[in-house]
Amino acid sequence: MAPAFVAPGRRLDKAVEALMVWILRLGGWASVLVTFGIIVTLVTESAPFFARVPVVRLVKDTMWTPLFSEPQYGIGALLAGTMVTTLVALSVAVPLGTILAIYLSEFAPARFRELVKPMLELLSAVPTVVYGYFALLALTPLLQMLYPDLPQFSMLSAGLIMGIMIVPYVTSLGEDSMRSVPMLLREGAYALGDGKLGVAVRVVFPGAFSGLAAAYVLAISRAVGETMIVAIAAGLQPRMTINPLESAATVTAFIVQVSLGDLPHGSIGYQSIFVAGAMLFLLTLGFNLAGHVLRKKFHRAS
Amino acid sequence: MLPEKIIHDLERRARRRRAIDRWFGRLGMVLTLITLGILAVLLLNLAMSGLARIDWHFLTSFPSRRAAEAGILSAWVGTLLLMVVTASVAIPFGIAAGIYLEEYAPKNKWTDFIEINIANLAGVPSILYGLMALGLFVYSFRFGQSILSGGLALACLVLPIVIVATRESLRSIPATIREAAFALGATRWQAVWHHLLPYSTGGIATGVILAMSRAIGESAPLITIGALTFIAFLPPPAFLANPPFVSFEWLFSPYSALPIQMFNWVSRPGEEFHANAAAAGLVLMVITLSMNGVAILIRRRAQRNIHW
Repeated sequence: MAPAFVAPGRRLDKAVEALMVWILRLGGWASVLVTFGIIVTLVTESAPFFARVPVVRLVKDTMWTPLFSEPQYGIGALLAGTMVTTLVALSVAVPLGTILAIYLSEFAPARFRELVKPMLELLSAVPTVVYGYFALLALTPLLQMLYPDLPQFSMLSAGLIMGIMIVPYVTSLGEDSMRSVPMLLREGAYALGDGKLGVAVRVVFPGAFSGLAAAYVLAISRAVGETMIVAIAAGLQPRMTINPLESAATVTAFIVQVSLGDLPHGSIGYQSIFVAGAMLFLLTLGFNLAGHVLRKKFHRAS
Repeated sequence: MLPEKIIHDLERRARRRRAIDRWFGRLGMVLTLITLGILAVLLLNLAMSGLARIDWHFLTSFPSRRAAEAGILSAWVGTLLLMVVTASVAIPFGIAAGIYLEEYAPKNKWTDFIEINIANLAGVPSILYGLMALGLFVYSFRFGQSILSGGLALACLVLPIVIVATRESLRSIPATIREAAFALGATRWQAVWHHLLPYSTGGIATGVILAMSRAIGESAPLITIGALTFIAFLPPPAFLANPPFVSFEWLFSPYSALPIQMFNWVSRPGEEFHANAAAAGLVLMVITLSMNGVAILIRRRAQRNIHW
């Protein structure tokens, strides 16, 4: 059999192809390497902490003061701050984001929607340090007019602004998933005599629910991990409280506060921020994975 | 014919539904405008406290103990240099990863894993990138608290944004384009290089600009790697008058950055420093919002010009 015809330059093409596959694959691995880097760093740098401090103290202690001479390691004090600010943020972002998503997907004229959507996205593009400034120096004084006892640093103020920041995450993902609910379902409901809002609430909302749930879960993850707003406006003092009118440090704010001081490599302060970081990673990992699964589920359904 | 009473009842209900719909439409419109209004109030608030501080002196001076003399020279130079490092790492790796995952990767467990990994990475709090950089770049690799460490941390942070944008714009190109190229004997890379990449430039550029704008505004990861210090000098120059003409010493220089400088001023007591913070915030907002604006325009144009 005669050898197959090989076009001139074909061998070079093949060589370039083989080279490029490897270069591109390297890029794909880079993302895995970053995750690996985060996990390995968190584990190795917080491991010495657990060699020094028994794990039960994280749960049993009621205060988080790892830098004091008689340290307490109740991480619950930090988690309380994170929980309260997150809940305040969600109480803004979930209702507001959902209403905006319903409005933009079902009610707004197409031209208005296309104009407004990118402008809403700008809200999540504002640097968080600017939001922090706004919470501390604009919103807090305003809230103090309504409620004079509000301290200069409060979880309420930080949480509210954080909620505004998260609105676009809920709205854009929610709106996308609502718009991909098939027209036929809406028309069926209209044919049965339902109004626009009725269709939106009884047909579109349930039909897009896994997409909306993904939006909520990712919003939680954002709120839990948000750093600068709470570090600037919610205070840096860890405190076991669920009152949003008080000031308290979150997990992220604690990391900032310790980082602001000079901390030698290997000191208990250095290790404690990695413990807080590991906590944060586990929390957000759970929400991120749940969000990913819900989104996948939604894409498969539609 | 339905009895009069039922018809009347149906009409009443239909009217009520229409009223509810109209009411909700108005509510949605008002809430949308209020939400956008917050952005306007934010800008206005910054402008009112900070605009008076912005002048040539502010842009060309180092930070100072005296608020009125302080400026953002070291901050914006630092931000610029950080972005050089971030862009030169995040863009090539991000685009390569996007192309690999969309065009080359076989559908298997490993690819699924990378996919989940990227989804998670996009949601990892920014401060954790700072902790990673602190343990890895600052101490293990001994880069110190340098521009290199900071730029790499930000590059890792925005990598998922570039990857996702690249994948999405590749995905929107119809399979027929690839098949046509293959039918003419192109290798996969030739199809990517000559067809897919040129057609997805708009989408990728949008993603890259958004990623950079995110990196410019990020402060938490830089704080954990110790960028918050008093910097009243510039990093050594990158270009020299004598051979070898280029120097990379600046990579290892300490630095400040715009959001860090702003944070520093916010956390000080005193109206004057807060005015400086507002001014720095205004500069930061103008940069990030205009980058976002450009990204939106590019996306619009790319969508309008292409009809598959």
